[in-house]
Amino acid sequence: MNVIHTENIKKTYNPDTIPVEALKGVDLSIKQGEFTAIVGPSGSGKTTLLNIIGGLDRPTEGYIEVGQKDISKLSDNQLIDFRRENIGFVFQAYNLIPVLTAKENVEFVMLLQNRSEDERNARTIELLEAVGLGDKIDSRPSQLSGGQQQRVAVARALAPKPTFILADEPTANLDSKSTANLLDIMARLNKEENITFVFSTHDQRVIDRARRVITLEDGVISTDIQQHN
Amino acid sequence: MNTIIKLAWRNIWRNKRRTFITAASIVLAVLLSNVMTSMQKGTWDNMVDSVVNTFFGYAQIHANGYWEEQTLDKAFQPDDKLNELGVQVKSIESIIPRLESFALASYETKTQGVLVIGIDPVKENDMTGLEKKMTAGQFLAEGDNAVLVGEGVAENMKLGIGDTLVLLSQGYRGVNAAGKYPIKGLVRFGSPQLNKQMVYMPLPIAQQFFGAEDLVTTMALKIGNKKEVEETIKAVKTNISPEKYEVLNWEEMIPDLVQARELDTASNKFVLYILYLIVGFGIFGTILMMTKEREYEFGVLTAIGMQRNKLSFMVWLETTLLGLFGSVVGILLSIPIVYYMYSNPIQLTGEMASAYDKFGVEPIMKAVFDPQIFLQQAIIIFIITTILAIYPIWKIRNLKAVEMMRA
Ligand SMILES: Nc1ncnc2c1ncn2[C@@H]1O[C@H](COP(=O)(O)OP(=O)(O)OP(=O)(O)O)[C@@H](O)[C@H]1O
Ligand SMILES: [Mg+2]
Repeated sequence: MNVIHTENIKKTYNPDTIPVEALKGVDLSIKQGEFTAIVGPSGSGKTTLLNIIGGLDRPTEGYIEVGQKDISKLSDNQLIDFRRENIGFVFQAYNLIPVLTAKENVEFVMLLQNRSEDERNARTIELLEAVGLGDKIDSRPSQLSGGQQQRVAVARALAPKPTFILADEPTANLDSKSTANLLDIMARLNKEENITFVFSTHDQRVIDRARRVITLEDGVISTDIQQHN
Repeated sequence: MNTIIKLAWRNIWRNKRRTFITAASIVLAVLLSNVMTSMQKGTWDNMVDSVVNTFFGYAQIHANGYWEEQTLDKAFQPDDKLNELGVQVKSIESIIPRLESFALASYETKTQGVLVIGIDPVKENDMTGLEKKMTAGQFLAEGDNAVLVGEGVAENMKLGIGDTLVLLSQGYRGVNAAGKYPIKGLVRFGSPQLNKQMVYMPLPIAQQFFGAEDLVTTMALKIGNKKEVEETIKAVKTNISPEKYEVLNWEEMIPDLVQARELDTASNKFVLYILYLIVGFGIFGTILMMTKEREYEFGVLTAIGMQRNKLSFMVWLETTLLGLFGSVVGILLSIPIVYYMYSNPIQLTGEMASAYDKFGVEPIMKAVFDPQIFLQQAIIIFIITTILAIYPIWKIRNLKAVEMMRA
């Protein structure tokens, strides 16, 4: 089953002034349970593509279906609801709300969803333990290392049981040990819980861990490889 | 909902310094505007009260045209209807008769002009508290053939208790008026103007002196409640003949004072507006900075599915809570400060004092202690704050997560 399906996605920034063609026709399908890296040189359009399949930005042209739903028809506010219910995000940095503890950050989206307290508590603890932060539930982001913050962000992204998780260079600000650690956790969640991950990266060690590697070059997909590791 | 309030609350404490500065400027604005307004209103209330209570009363009845041309020839004999007003109109506590005119006073080699006022000592004292203003001698009794003089008069003419003052004037319809009156007591007025020209004598003696048997020039009305003045005047007018009598309220009798008050109130308002403007800009600057700093965070929050109206509400709440807090603290601080200024009036001297003197008023600045002023100023500042808090709402309404996060 495809969780993401795009046809001929194009994106032009500043169409009226100095047009930048960031995506020039991307056809992409990602299935439930994939562990996919999007790679490519800087400026090749990775962030642009992730934003579009995450419903954060709209393509200039093309068809896009997320969780078998055509999201181009959704209004801005409907998109916000759609993201909350269907997509988990991990950004490069500053993912967390600084005034909330790790537990509250993970719980936050579930609060927006009006989940019961019992469900929230159980899931939050479970997720924080899954990312190895069972002992940090009451720490604020400022009390956590960069790697720990990214792990909380992964836990938060998982909290609403999204269809898939998008991560734009989640390890860019991490040292190699934290990077390996985060990847271990993501790979385990993918394997044990069958959670779909799509992430962009420049880091060869991260690329090595992916099972599918899609390379973007100048706004188009140049290679799309399955790897066994 | 609770989540949003909790978040807003924590965000307030996130940048303690900024929060403190914003709250402090709100507190200061509320405090300053309260103090200014209370002082301004109090000083004028005090002025009016003092003019009205020491002399005019809130309303007076005269023969038609007397106020325009204050002459003894417009003295009148109160008719039955006038005398019954106190019974007819409930809000009138008493009616105080007076016969007033100018005279020349002399003692030994000194001579000066004075204002002679024939009074009913009991009623007069009841309204103006004249007896309390005595500094020497004794208060007038009904049958006395004696006078009370202002301290300034006594000083100028080197008069003491028991000395005899000679008064000369033109009486009713041009008769000659002359008399000698022993001084029974000295009174002191806060206003130097009154102090140096008042001479009081019992009404029958004044009537005799001016050759105005049974006549008065003025009937001052003692009205218990300041707020009932207009109603009372209306009621009086329906009870008396408008051809014979005029009824004036204090504002008509002292238009200069009323005008000066209006002018001062307007300039006070202007200063307040400037204060609001300064504080408003200060708060707006903080809000602008806060919004800019948190753009990325706002972007993340909408990215992960927080609706913009919830986000707006949270940010609006942050500023509004600060506004509320600042206003409440501002009120709490105003209470003791204004109360102090209310119970410890400032005595004015020099040029400031002489401005007051023009109106025959004791030169003091005294605050009014009116919680309504506190509330009103606090509400104004609070409203300004909540309006300024609309800026981030507007910003968030147009928020595009990707754009906010690129910053
Ligand atoms: N908001 C924007 N306005 C104009 N041009 C943009 C905008 N965002 C991206 N671009 C341009 O679009 C192209 C693709 O950018 P994108 O950020 O998707 O690349 P990327 O592959 O994520 O690069 P990096 O590896 O450096 O993160 C680049 O040429 C970039 O300059
Ligand atoms: Mg990028």
